[in-house]
Amino acid sequence: MPWSYLPAVCIKMSAISATEKVDGFTRKSMRKAQKQRKSQGSSQFRTQSSLVELSPLPHLKDTPSTEQQVLFVQKLQQCCVLFDFLDSVTDLKSKEVKRATLNELVDYVSTNRGVLVDSAYPDIIHMISTNLFRTLPPSENPDFDPEEDEPSLEAAWPHIQLVYEFLLRFLENPDFQPSTAKRYIDQKFVLQLLDLFDSEDPRERDFLKTILHRIYGKFLGLRAFIRKQINNIFLRFIYETEHFNGVAELLEILGSIINGFALPLKAEHKQFLMKVLIPMHTTRGLALFHAQLAYCVVQFLEKDSTLTEPVVRGLLKFWPKTCSQKEVMFLGEIEEILDIIEPTQFKKIQEPLFKQISKCVASPHFQVAERSLYFWNNEYILSLIEENIDKILPLMFGSLYRISKEHWNQTIVALVYNVLKTLMEMNGKLFDELTASYKADRQREKKKEQEREDLWEKLEALKLQDVSNSRGLQIAQNNNNNNNSLTNAEEPNTSAAITDSVNSQTFNCAK
Amino acid sequence: CFGTSEVLMAGADGDDSLYPIAVLIDELRNEDVQLRLNSIKKLSTIALALGVERTRTELLPFLTDTIYDEDEVLLALAEQLGNFTMLVGGPEYVHCLLPPLESLATVEETVVRDKAVESLRKISHEHSPVDLEVHFEPLVKRLASGDWFTSRTSACGLFSVCYPRVSSTVKAEIRQHFRNLCSDDTPMVRRAAASKLGEFAKVLELDYVKSDIISLFTALASDEQDSVRLLAVEACVSIATLLPQEDLETLVMPTLRQAAEDKSWRVRYMVADKFSELQKAVGPEITKNDLVPAFQNLLKDCEAEVRAAAANKVKEFCENLPEDSRETIIMTHILPCVKELVSDTNQHVKSALASVIMGLSTILGKDNTIEHLLPLFLAQLKDECPEVRLNIISNLDCVNEVIGIRQLSQSLLPAIVELAEDAKWRVRLAIIEYMPLLAGQLGVEFFDEKLNSLCMAWLVDHVYAIREAATCNLTKLVEKFGAEWAQNTIVPKVLGMANDPNYLHRMTTLFCINALSEACGQEITTKHMLPVVLKMSNDQVANVRFNVAKSLQKIGPVLDSNSLQTEVKPVLEKLAADQDIDVKYFAQEAISVLALA
Repeated sequence: MPWSYLPAVCIKMSAISATEKVDGFTRKSMRKAQKQRKSQGSSQFRTQSSLVELSPLPHLKDTPSTEQQVLFVQKLQQCCVLFDFLDSVTDLKSKEVKRATLNELVDYVSTNRGVLVDSAYPDIIHMISTNLFRTLPPSENPDFDPEEDEPSLEAAWPHIQLVYEFLLRFLENPDFQPSTAKRYIDQKFVLQLLDLFDSEDPRERDFLKTILHRIYGKFLGLRAFIRKQINNIFLRFIYETEHFNGVAELLEILGSIINGFALPLKAEHKQFLMKVLIPMHTTRGLALFHAQLAYCVVQFLEKDSTLTEPVVRGLLKFWPKTCSQKEVMFLGEIEEILDIIEPTQFKKIQEPLFKQISKCVASPHFQVAERSLYFWNNEYILSLIEENIDKILPLMFGSLYRISKEHWNQTIVALVYNVLKTLMEMNGKLFDELTASYKADRQREKKKEQEREDLWEKLEALKLQDVSNSRGLQIAQNNNNNNNSLTNAEEPNTSAAITDSVNSQTFNCAK
Repeated sequence: CFGTSEVLMAGADGDDSLYPIAVLIDELRNEDVQLRLNSIKKLSTIALALGVERTRTELLPFLTDTIYDEDEVLLALAEQLGNFTMLVGGPEYVHCLLPPLESLATVEETVVRDKAVESLRKISHEHSPVDLEVHFEPLVKRLASGDWFTSRTSACGLFSVCYPRVSSTVKAEIRQHFRNLCSDDTPMVRRAAASKLGEFAKVLELDYVKSDIISLFTALASDEQDSVRLLAVEACVSIATLLPQEDLETLVMPTLRQAAEDKSWRVRYMVADKFSELQKAVGPEITKNDLVPAFQNLLKDCEAEVRAAAANKVKEFCENLPEDSRETIIMTHILPCVKELVSDTNQHVKSALASVIMGLSTILGKDNTIEHLLPLFLAQLKDECPEVRLNIISNLDCVNEVIGIRQLSQSLLPAIVELAEDAKWRVRLAIIEYMPLLAGQLGVEFFDEKLNSLCMAWLVDHVYAIREAATCNLTKLVEKFGAEWAQNTIVPKVLGMANDPNYLHRMTTLFCINALSEACGQEITTKHMLPVVLKMSNDQVANVRFNVAKSLQKIGPVLDSNSLQTEVKPVLEKLAADQDIDVKYFAQEAISVLALA
């Protein structure tokens, strides 16, 4: 991202301790402990300092009901004044007045009936927009690791929290009229609300989650728009920035949205599954939202089991190659899928799937091996394996047999023995055959490997690459008229002399 | 179907050399990704062996079908195809490469798509104008109206390469497609379009720049997403460069002013980051009237990110101010902001400023520097953040030219000493790197008096990286001050460490000798260094002994053949019979490299 700092060398002044002097490193945990929980002001561009001090208005409940509406609007307007919370000494009195007023407003819309008259809507939405919609500040910590680091908290939370609370109560008020509100809670409003999901403050994201869910429920006209915008946020997250704090919350909302999809599923929804949710597995921060993501995927499969094959193949395509932690998550998700898989669907994916599981079982990382071996503790998966043992056993046998002898971790070896035993009981005859042919198979594989290596060496010797970079291009041109240049090597070539010499070098030099 | 078997049979028929090609083709279908990848990287070899005809009729269709492969394979494929023109028979057949590249330009993974677009751009130049209209432009149109956003994003990068070489009707179509993408419903596509806006503007006729591009620019610059708006700032530079001066005020400036005050800090950051380019593009008059106040605001921005980006540009901005009013503008408008930034609350801002502030001295001249800048330099030299101090020290050369370094040396020394002893080894490492520069600026006398002892102290640092850097530093100092200086000041101290009780320090002696022998020359090496090395061959620590062997190998070329034969050879032979296996190994290696066997 262009706006993040250059990776700052960890330079920070501090008292020089003897241990630090020796290696210069401080343990991360120690540095963490020193850090205070930070709070951060929202990036309100050049906030105007409130010149006038707020003075408390009379209480709503002490006002005759005929005048309440006017006072309500006045209070809403009063709450549109913004304060700088990073400066903890200024405007103390006004801040307190606003806080009390907000509290009163929350109370007013949640306990009273008949207070939401049509004319109040614009003022309500204006107050909410003014307070909530702001550009989020740059992250204090450019290498923010949501798993390890404390998030920066919103400094203005004492007010913002109450505004969120107010919005929620407003939406949940029995008198709330979506038909009136839709003029104000429109696409732009939703878009700005969605932007706020990037907030680093988990309290804020939690409110947003509930609020967006309510809006999705009450405004039918906004549903497609909300889904599309979430789609865009995710695509940007996956393919452009890999950074968005509210992915887990948005997925959680989607989980319940998917649950409500009508059957048969629309093409749009399937596309979302295959082109957004599945690629989302490749992102770096997967651990932060994997549970919600897997839930969404499984929801889709419960709706429409024919999606199983593309989903599993998608996961196999994006199977982690270097990150064991992610591999464990993938295995967890596969188990969730297997838990609900239909036997006919299972048959379609068993081969590629068990090829992968066979690799996982043999992983030198014991957590990966262990997680995949746990599949054999799952009754339903066992029954599926048993049904298809003639297909699955040959795929699994090599890895299991090998690691039963080689794995460094004793727990894994013990688990493997159990699995081998289970498989043997399922089809003893096949098991014996595989045991008998194991050595020969390995030798064949080794030989093939060796042949391949030899060939690559031979190819190096041909140095075809060099030829193609320089003189090779000329042969390509000169051979234009030859229907089959492969024969050139053997037949005397009548075209340009250079073709001849290069060809002999190209095709005949390896003995 | 692709004729692997045929090739394989050719191999079986006894033409041995074809067999590897058959294997490569076969491996393109192997289930192991790594093997497919290896093979696809040799694609040009395969194509060459197949000849142009079969490459066109068999290999390319086969590759077009494999597009659902792993992204890594696709990336390699996309890259290779960009260099395939000759392999399919030269420019007249280059359009054969379009189908596979078109599919690659629509895949999900950004790196693959970008590579495919890069290759398409490359081969677009190899198309004749006719082919461009018949084959290439329709592809761009298909991509531009694709269903999924990926193909539309890819299209954005292709308009500018075909526009200049097509007929005016096709040009009009291309402009229309670009317009559509600029107002696409998907922000990803609008971002792609915004990022190519400047490039596209450059190939358009000026009238269309004024009519089409400006309205697109204005629209993108007020997009609802800040990620789109900030890309419009980049385009602003190119657009402003293209327009005649008299149009800038009406066509560009309203948008630029708005961007500099955007409510999103990301957009303001972009303005700050592109400030020098913008300044050049809009010219001196607008700079004076508009950009100076805008720059002041950015230097005072409420977000540290923006201030840091602006602080980075202070020197360039001042340098490019029109000469007639440069000094006045700096003194009255910029310098007050700079003064505030010196005591900014954010260390990144201070550090960005420290990396450029010294450059102002050449612009302001001696008197102003002493009166106004020097206090700022001194303040930054005492900053609590080491990065700030380091940045000041690393730019001493600019100030040296203007006022001489002596003005600073009194404050410099404590700052250097403090950094030299910083608890973080990375800080120590950074200051070591500036030592040769400092030595050059401060002169040999000052160096000997104040800094030499620091340089020697680093040789016995606790951290290996520091000792290594200190060794390298000595070499650079000798290159600056000469062999005689080395003999008098450095060599004795280095050689003295040969008797240190700590074997790590004894090894440092050897490392220093390795580094210094060449710079010091034959005489010093033979007379002073060699005896010490030879003596160390009796060290009780094996690591020292095998480093003796390595050192001898290293300094061998500097020695004359007599010392090699009479002194080095016997010692190496002795080491070659050492009981430690590593000592033996390195001694034997030295013997063979020095040809003493």
